[in-house]
Amino acid sequence: MKHTISVLLQNKPGVLSRVTGLFSGRGFNIESLCVAETLEPGVSCLTVVSRGDDAIIEQITKQLHKLIDVIKVTDIAGKEYVEREMVLIRVKAESHTRAEVLRIIDIFRGKVIDVSARSYAVEVTGPASKIQAVIDILRPIGIKEIVRTGTIAMARASKTK
Amino acid sequence: MGKITGAQAIVNCLLEQGVKTIFGYPGGAVIDLYDALMGSEINHVLVRHEQGAVHAADGMARVTGKVGVALLTSGPGATNGVTGIATAYMDSIPLVVLTGQVPRVLIGNDAFQEVDIVGISRPCTKHNYLVNKIEDLVPTLREAFHIAKSGRPGPVLVDLPKDLMSGEMLYPPQRPVSLQSYQPNYNPHPFQVQKACKKMIAAKNPVLYVGGGVISSNASKELTELATKLKIPVTMTLMGLGAYPGDAELSMGMLGMHGTFAANMAVAKCDLLIAVGARFDDRVTGKLDDFAKYAKIIHIDIDPTSISKNVKVHVPIVADCKMALTAINKWLDENSGINFDEEPDRNWPWRETIREWMSKHPLCYKENDSIIKPQYVIEMLHKHTGGEAIITTEVGQNQMWAAQFYKFAHPRHFVTSGGLGTMGFGLPAAIGAQMAFPGKMVIDVAGDGSIQMNIQELATAKQYNCPVKVAILNNGFLGMVRQWQELFYNKRYASTTMNVTPDFVDLAKAYGAVGLRATTKDEVEPVIQEALATDNIVLMDFKIEREEDVYPMVPAGKATTEMLLV
Ligand SMILES: Cc1ncc(C[n+]2csc(CCOP(=O)(O)OP(=O)(O)O)c2C)c(N)n1
Repeated sequence: MKHTISVLLQNKPGVLSRVTGLFSGRGFNIESLCVAETLEPGVSCLTVVSRGDDAIIEQITKQLHKLIDVIKVTDIAGKEYVEREMVLIRVKAESHTRAEVLRIIDIFRGKVIDVSARSYAVEVTGPASKIQAVIDILRPIGIKEIVRTGTIAMARASKTK
Repeated sequence: MGKITGAQAIVNCLLEQGVKTIFGYPGGAVIDLYDALMGSEINHVLVRHEQGAVHAADGMARVTGKVGVALLTSGPGATNGVTGIATAYMDSIPLVVLTGQVPRVLIGNDAFQEVDIVGISRPCTKHNYLVNKIEDLVPTLREAFHIAKSGRPGPVLVDLPKDLMSGEMLYPPQRPVSLQSYQPNYNPHPFQVQKACKKMIAAKNPVLYVGGGVISSNASKELTELATKLKIPVTMTLMGLGAYPGDAELSMGMLGMHGTFAANMAVAKCDLLIAVGARFDDRVTGKLDDFAKYAKIIHIDIDPTSISKNVKVHVPIVADCKMALTAINKWLDENSGINFDEEPDRNWPWRETIREWMSKHPLCYKENDSIIKPQYVIEMLHKHTGGEAIITTEVGQNQMWAAQFYKFAHPRHFVTSGGLGTMGFGLPAAIGAQMAFPGKMVIDVAGDGSIQMNIQELATAKQYNCPVKVAILNNGFLGMVRQWQELFYNKRYASTTMNVTPDFVDLAKAYGAVGLRATTKDEVEPVIQEALATDNIVLMDFKIEREEDVYPMVPAGKATTEMLLV
């Protein structure tokens, strides 16, 4: 099963290679990985999406936690959470398809961020499933290039408070 | 206090951490540090190969429980140390390894003797550092010692650019280390303790499965108390030997691939397996599906990643073994309402069944009147040292025979490379152990293959008057591999015959040591007696039965009940 794991870590030199080395050394897979600073100076948040049965995911979270520079590990798959990914797509847009591309992008609440005579570059944000959907729909029109950020995620605030 | 050099600060910090002896080998990148060490109170032992330095520090750490320290130069010095670091890592041994690095401005330039040792050692250290600023030098070293010895211990490497060691700084005042992201848990959860106790009381066929964690947390006394109180038979892993006296009534000896018949049968049939400081290694479990398949499992371990890694655990206790066992003993005394002294029948007839297994298939070998049997050599070593020697080993059959036939009475007396199985470990480790305990008898049980992997350390032993004894079980083969070839590869002895080996008696002489040889059984005891009475390094060359095998043996991947017996 797919799991999204959120990791708070000290932003020390080499910390990213400790994380990726752990995944490769122990044969865990990485579907995507995102990392950037948090509000707290010196602390970064890393979101990694991996696949595995419960025992593997349990090992991944424990092994991550064992890294000296890791402060906190949360497997957010088991929790209420929001996840987002951004994709940039350069899609063919010739006279007969320009309007259709715009319509599709509009449905997905995307934005056109670069225009040329024969293509649009568009930006779409959403959960991984939505990103996949927009890619699937644009593919027949002709996708020339695609760049994805990988997933970031955040637990939902508790509703009772 | 005035300014001092970075190198001087490192020496001061080592002293502050209580370090008395370090093992190392100099080079350009650490020349400043060597300069500062000269004339300091630290005793530096010059080895003959950096692998030897790390193994010697490791041997010292294993017998004392304190952090061992090795010092290596950059580049090849550091890479030569990697096998030693990996050895310590696999067995959770606390080490601080200091490596020199090229000056900061040259890092990343493929400078002379530059190697990314932090990158290379990342997967085989508990943690590692490249120190970037001179102000970080001392705090980093303090952290390194703290991390090496706390939680699940392990080696920590600190890479030291040369210009930091020649730079000047003020020595920072001592402060306790506190790391936001590293806070090992030592205390057992009281509810888990209670749950475990109830299971132990209710069990009919329990087994204690004891690993190196009991030794590293100094919990032998607490373990013995628990075993005695509840009359639970005990089996130990290779790393756990000595945690519980090998000749005690409840001891079944070692389990696993070369474990005893009784231990493997008991684990296969038990209804409760209490794993303490052990990690369900494949050499212990054999085929996982059949391992302890009728048992509920309690697992005490300081490292959460060890729990339910290979085998599903029913009652996990993440804690220091000593603290967990103390809590368990206390709960049993105070809350069980049982007077354990008045329970002669507890775990009976289970204990009787085990006794029958032990007498049906004890550890044994086919004796011979003239040819030397390796097991006999170990028995005689035990006899003539009163079972009180520190035994280090190389790797292979020699290691297994030492584990099986020297009945270890105390913890920290068996020093062996368990997890990595590093040939060449035993001699330097023996030097480290001997330096920690100059008054003790220290014997490296070796094979004729392994001993040649770090034989150069005889010169180190000689230089520092370190009278270690080496018992070479000389079969002219890489015996353990040959055994596998005999049993599973149609006796095709591919590259396991050592046709040329040095004359070990002459070799000993060349190093200023004493060489003794036994070629028949009746020469064994006199050789051992003479060796033990010699106040010098002695190499004993025992020409043993060439194709002797280690039994019992569980073929790799088989269930542990499918043992090949003598
Ligand atoms: C550094 C290293 N290389 C290779 C091996 C693989 N290996 C395991 S046991 C063994 C044979 C050891 O032979 P010897 O030291 O003569 O001991 P014996 O088994 O004959 O007692 C070998 C080659 C190892 N464990 N370590």
